[in-house]
Amino acid sequence: MDITEVPVSEDSKGKKKKNKKPKMKSKAGNGEAEKKQQEVVVVENMEKSEPAFPPSFSVSEIKNKQRRHFMFMKLKQEKRKQKMQLKKKKKKEREALGDKAPPKEVPKTIENQRVYDETVVDPEDEEVAFDEGTDEFSAYFNGLTNPKVLITTSDRPRGRTVRFCEQLATVIPNAHVYYRRGLALKRVIPQCIARDFTYLIVINEDRKVPNGMVLCHLPDGPTAHFKVSSVRLRKEMKRRGKDPTEHSPEVILNNFTTRLGHSIGRLFAALFPQDPQFVGRQVATFHNQRDFIFFRFHRYIFKNEKRVGIQELGPRFTLKLRSLQKGTFDSKFGEYEWVLKRHEMDACRRKFQL
Amino acid sequence: MMADSSRLCSVWLGSETGILKGVSLGRKQAFNFCNTRQLSRDQEVRALCWADPAQSELLLGSVDGTVRTFSTEKGAFTEARRCGEPAEGCFTGLAALSGSATVTCVECGTLRVWREDSSEPATQLHAGQNVCRMRQSPVHRHKVATGGKDNPLKIWDLQRPESPAFTAKNLRDDWLDLRRPHWVRDMAFIPDSDKVVTCTGYHQVHVFDPASPQRRPVLEVEYGEYPLTALSLPPGGQSVVVGNTHGQIAVLDLRKGAVRGCLKGLAGGVRALQCHSSQPVVASCGLDRFLRVHSLEDRKLLHKVYLKSRLNCVLLASREEAGQAAGEAGSQEVKEEEEDEVWDAMERVEEAPKRKTTTEEEEEEEQEEEEVKKKSKKKKKKKKEAFED
Repeated sequence: MDITEVPVSEDSKGKKKKNKKPKMKSKAGNGEAEKKQQEVVVVENMEKSEPAFPPSFSVSEIKNKQRRHFMFMKLKQEKRKQKMQLKKKKKKEREALGDKAPPKEVPKTIENQRVYDETVVDPEDEEVAFDEGTDEFSAYFNGLTNPKVLITTSDRPRGRTVRFCEQLATVIPNAHVYYRRGLALKRVIPQCIARDFTYLIVINEDRKVPNGMVLCHLPDGPTAHFKVSSVRLRKEMKRRGKDPTEHSPEVILNNFTTRLGHSIGRLFAALFPQDPQFVGRQVATFHNQRDFIFFRFHRYIFKNEKRVGIQELGPRFTLKLRSLQKGTFDSKFGEYEWVLKRHEMDACRRKFQL
Repeated sequence: MMADSSRLCSVWLGSETGILKGVSLGRKQAFNFCNTRQLSRDQEVRALCWADPAQSELLLGSVDGTVRTFSTEKGAFTEARRCGEPAEGCFTGLAALSGSATVTCVECGTLRVWREDSSEPATQLHAGQNVCRMRQSPVHRHKVATGGKDNPLKIWDLQRPESPAFTAKNLRDDWLDLRRPHWVRDMAFIPDSDKVVTCTGYHQVHVFDPASPQRRPVLEVEYGEYPLTALSLPPGGQSVVVGNTHGQIAVLDLRKGAVRGCLKGLAGGVRALQCHSSQPVVASCGLDRFLRVHSLEDRKLLHKVYLKSRLNCVLLASREEAGQAAGEAGSQEVKEEEEDEVWDAMERVEEAPKRKTTTEEEEEEEQEEEEVKKKSKKKKKKKKEAFED
């Protein structure tokens, strides 16, 4: 059976062609056909400055892994070259036009493409303002109570968690660290309330590393459960400043736009005293991006009107909200205001909750 | 203007900020109805029910102990009555009796019947401590059921308020011979029978039958790991929809005690569920500040409305759906005329497709298909007759 040579295949597969030649030799017994094909091959080799990939060809059809990899690399290089050429062309055109050039296009990012969330809080909304004004944090925001924080861990904490708790206690003013001697949280909470604590933070530890945080607002307030990741203690931070002082820091809350985000933002804000001491020049930042909350602690100094220098002090960590429960800590019988349901909520990459 | 908007609303919700919200699903609009200029947390709506079978007035029970009446025709609050002290606890149940009397129940267990004229209760009885819910039987208006934490289900006959008509017995002790804890969160009367279905804080659903000599539950179903907070019966009578504090809503089958399916979407605890009296839809509201309407047949989300406060109770009106049914009839007519031509052009298919006949139009359509076998003229004649009816 004669192999009917399709010119397409000859063009594309450079290396494969080499192997096909002996095959063709064995199968097509025609000497003349051989010669012709060899000539064609030579011609092909010479004019193969740019390998053209016709549309019916796909790199995945090559069975040999090494050759497939090689073809794929070539394909990528080709594409990159074309992309660079396009860019250069555009840049030239832009320069040529000078002032009349069209404005630069904004690249698409996931934050840009975020799905419209109807729970985004409108600052003029009265109902939401009333709801926030009379919720569990109203006592703090009206200046009636001062925050007093109790930090503890899960039972038998390891070195890293203990150091993390101590550093957190230096960052948050009026915070006390207590060792959890296997006490049940439900019994700890009434005692805290009796001693006027306003917050309870429990750092959960797994395999010698902190990985969870339960933040409970005390009189009867909401309880938030976070997943903690990327904890960097003070000695692991590069170019850090000296230890934080006792001054109350300022608090920056970034990007908490939805109603749930507002609740969480207020939860964080109520950790710190309401009047920051600007003398201390310290600032704690909670930055929300894509539902992850990044905590950083800096000291700033204004060099002149426009330039600021910052030094990072203190621990840094990231939080992700897992559930928000109405009422103090009661995971079995409490009512949840929001629960992270991964399969439903994480299905769309552009939809965020906070 | 308010009257117009209140007449359109098919779903009524009570919120924690004291605002009564009406939602019109067809037009996708939500309206707030508020009594006072100043919002206050005292007005938090805890119980909501229809004041009359014609569904023209709503009764709202608030945390400060007042029961307000809202008229859907006028779109405004018409009266307010003092029905108890806030110290006794919040309203856990509200029901309307014939003869413009109201039945209220508070958390400390006091059940009172108030007449229109006097400010003292006509009848008063104690249903134990920690009552979580009181519900009225839709068939026998004088029967009410109460239940709570460590307070078993009791069915009271209001004409004989001395003792309950039926008290449920606690479940059998478990294998360690320890008393099983008991926490009735919500209950409902099953239509066409005496049975009552309850859901508990220990994630169980029980069915009690007062007619049978057994005072323990006839059927027990467990669902999930979190307390079940709300319950509703769809019109079929064979299934029940329950919701728990984690936001999981499930349809359970009462014949076998199996889970038929779950309704997805809720992110916060369910505070109230309500099934529509004729259509297979269920409305749910909860702590995540959304109203969601799911269809019971395919368990898909039909509507989702963001209402800015946490929602405590929901009520469905059965009449706005009439407007939607009229719209459906119009579209069905057009569809059948087109189908007529299609049937004329095509060959006859032997078997008639099975379909659920929930509306008259669909029944007529089935009849139509059977009559395809006869001549087309006759069919057209009959169709015209059917529509003229």
